[in-house]
Amino acid sequence: MKKRFVALWFHHLETDWFIVRQPALQTVPFVLAVKDHGRLVITAASNPAEEQGIKKGMVVADARMLLPSLEVLDHIPGLYEKLLGKLAEWCIRFSPYVAIDAPDGLIFDASGCAHLWGGDIDYLSTIIKRLHGRGYQLRVGMADTIGAAWAIARYGRSSPVIEPDMQSTALLPLPPASLRIEQELVERFYKLGLHQIQDFISMPRSSLRRRFGQAFLQRLHQALGMEPEYMQPVQPVELYQERLPCLEPIVTRSGIEIALQQLLEKLCKRLEQEEKGIRTLRLHCHRVDDAIITISIGTNFPSRHGEHLFKLFENKLPTIEPALGIELFVLEAVKVENHVPIQEKLWEKRNGLQDTRLAELLDRFTDRFGANCFHRYLPDAHYWPERSIRLSTSLQEPPTNNWRMDLPRPIHVLAHPQPIQVTAPIPDYPPMLFRYKGRLHKIVKADGPERIEQEWWLTAGEHRDYYCVEDEAGQRFWLFRSGHYDAEKMVGWFLHGFFA
Amino acid sequence: MNQPNSDIIRQLQHEILPLQGYRSAWGESFIKIDLGPVNAAFPNARFPVGAIHEFMVNSPEEKAATSGFIAAILSFLMQREGVVLWISAGRNIFPPALAFFNIDPHRIIFIDLHNQKQVSWAVEEALKLQGLAAVIGDLRELDFTASRRLQLAVEKSRVTGFLLNASRNNSNTNASLCRWQISPVPSIPIDELPGLGYPCWQVKLLKVRNGRPGSWEIAWMNKQFVAKHNTRIMIPEWHKKTG
Repeated sequence: MKKRFVALWFHHLETDWFIVRQPALQTVPFVLAVKDHGRLVITAASNPAEEQGIKKGMVVADARMLLPSLEVLDHIPGLYEKLLGKLAEWCIRFSPYVAIDAPDGLIFDASGCAHLWGGDIDYLSTIIKRLHGRGYQLRVGMADTIGAAWAIARYGRSSPVIEPDMQSTALLPLPPASLRIEQELVERFYKLGLHQIQDFISMPRSSLRRRFGQAFLQRLHQALGMEPEYMQPVQPVELYQERLPCLEPIVTRSGIEIALQQLLEKLCKRLEQEEKGIRTLRLHCHRVDDAIITISIGTNFPSRHGEHLFKLFENKLPTIEPALGIELFVLEAVKVENHVPIQEKLWEKRNGLQDTRLAELLDRFTDRFGANCFHRYLPDAHYWPERSIRLSTSLQEPPTNNWRMDLPRPIHVLAHPQPIQVTAPIPDYPPMLFRYKGRLHKIVKADGPERIEQEWWLTAGEHRDYYCVEDEAGQRFWLFRSGHYDAEKMVGWFLHGFFA
Repeated sequence: MNQPNSDIIRQLQHEILPLQGYRSAWGESFIKIDLGPVNAAFPNARFPVGAIHEFMVNSPEEKAATSGFIAAILSFLMQREGVVLWISAGRNIFPPALAFFNIDPHRIIFIDLHNQKQVSWAVEEALKLQGLAAVIGDLRELDFTASRRLQLAVEKSRVTGFLLNASRNNSNTNASLCRWQISPVPSIPIDELPGLGYPCWQVKLLKVRNGRPGSWEIAWMNKQFVAKHNTRIMIPEWHKKTG
């Protein structure tokens, strides 16, 4: 689509703000001034003051010569930034893409916006009327490029709208300053007798560059639309967002469900075309009383399966309080990842860990039982049993090293080793019998010891001597002795696991 | 009985078995589960996949033995990229030990929940999902209604379900296809050496629909099940103990 830009110029931004606050200043000539090297320098002048020839940059003493009744107010630093920021956010009603053009303007990307207000002229007059209502004087311009809109807003003599593709002719009668160039360059143009753009636009580019520099050429080309120009919007536009305004406020659960389903269908269709999947999704419900209720879901694996996403939302729907009714639903995909569907095998309904149905099942578990409900383990390069495994961060993460098979490990391990009473010959023989939970186990076969040292750089503590033992009944246990035998203290024996 | 009659009976048996829950799982044609001497207990001498197997557990030692036995069966089921969900509250499986049963522990996803109600719900949801190799559920209780629901779920999805039933009176009737009890028995020494050997279990098949229940002592050695009494003939080529 053809781009259209609107430039707004608040020529008395700061003084207008003072007038809004103190309506008595409306007719009084006044200036804002700041102290600089022991004198007061004017930073902004109100309309009546300007009519008397008082300009920005003058010293207050000089201005008083022209107009003895001049009122002088303190300049507030940072005021224009704050005002422009507020105005830009307010102006999002006219276009979703609003940027600040410091120190006294705003730029809209109005592509496809004007027809909603009944055409370019009506669009601009609405903007002017609404901002006048807030007490601000402004000039506007509309064109295909930011540069042309800027120029026409500030220096235009006739219509504020430049018709599509007409910027090169519309710019001709404007002064060189309308190209957003430095004051010094502007003066050089006037010195050379070039008072309008048409005086130099047909000159060879190479001589223009030699005399006025590359920056000037770039500005000229941007205004003519030969070079792209980018703007920084005040509110970043959500890429994956769907809105559903409702004619009547929604109060019932079935109404919310229908709205959510419609939004999901639209969003998923779009994601499918772009081969993306959702990781985090948020539903904002704007209520009649201006409250916004937000519920969000997350998935473990990118998904664009509407039914599945709806199921995840289903548990959270009861938390929405419609009160007097919801008038706008906004579904926003906060986190989106690339998602190329894997090829499924017809003859075998198994896709291992890549299976989307598995990911969906885990999403449902996560939704119901909390994020920490499923674990997948990978081997870690530690001998200490508790540290020999680590949690994998994702479903697909492959193991970096092999699972060790050279030392026996029990299939069941107790979360905390349980103390047992043992009869064992010294120095390093396995126990002959042990008592656990009141039951005596006579040991028939045993392997060991396998000494595992603490990793001192991680934790301090005693080493463990592990024994695999089997009792008379054939039950197999994993026992360990903590530390060396010592005459002074009791040596602890523990049961740590059960072999299959 | 004359020849045509027995043919008719065999034909009818073939039709009845699927109705009783003996269905083939997805991709099962590639998988052969060899339980050694226990095979004879099942109709068609095939371990029933896509069904509910219930394991009675009375002590922590029995639970470890049962986990080992299930892990050994999983080694067949998890060939070809299969994924297993192990659902429990208060899990004590040590994943590295599963590698000794010839399975990749990283292809098992452990679902750790807080109470039995959550476990029952999760097991049912998991069993409904086509494409899993197996689902293992650690239950404290299993009544008839619950088991019926689970059996119906697997008949549709053809996932094999293993339920560890640790309830006090676990002899209640329920709808599972097989009921097992596994207890540890002294291991088989490796090369006549002292110390622990290959794991051995007393496998009791208490109930099997349309099969012959029985009791066997079997060992897991060299990636397969072997009857304990004829292990001496075997020459171990894989000199590794199993955990």
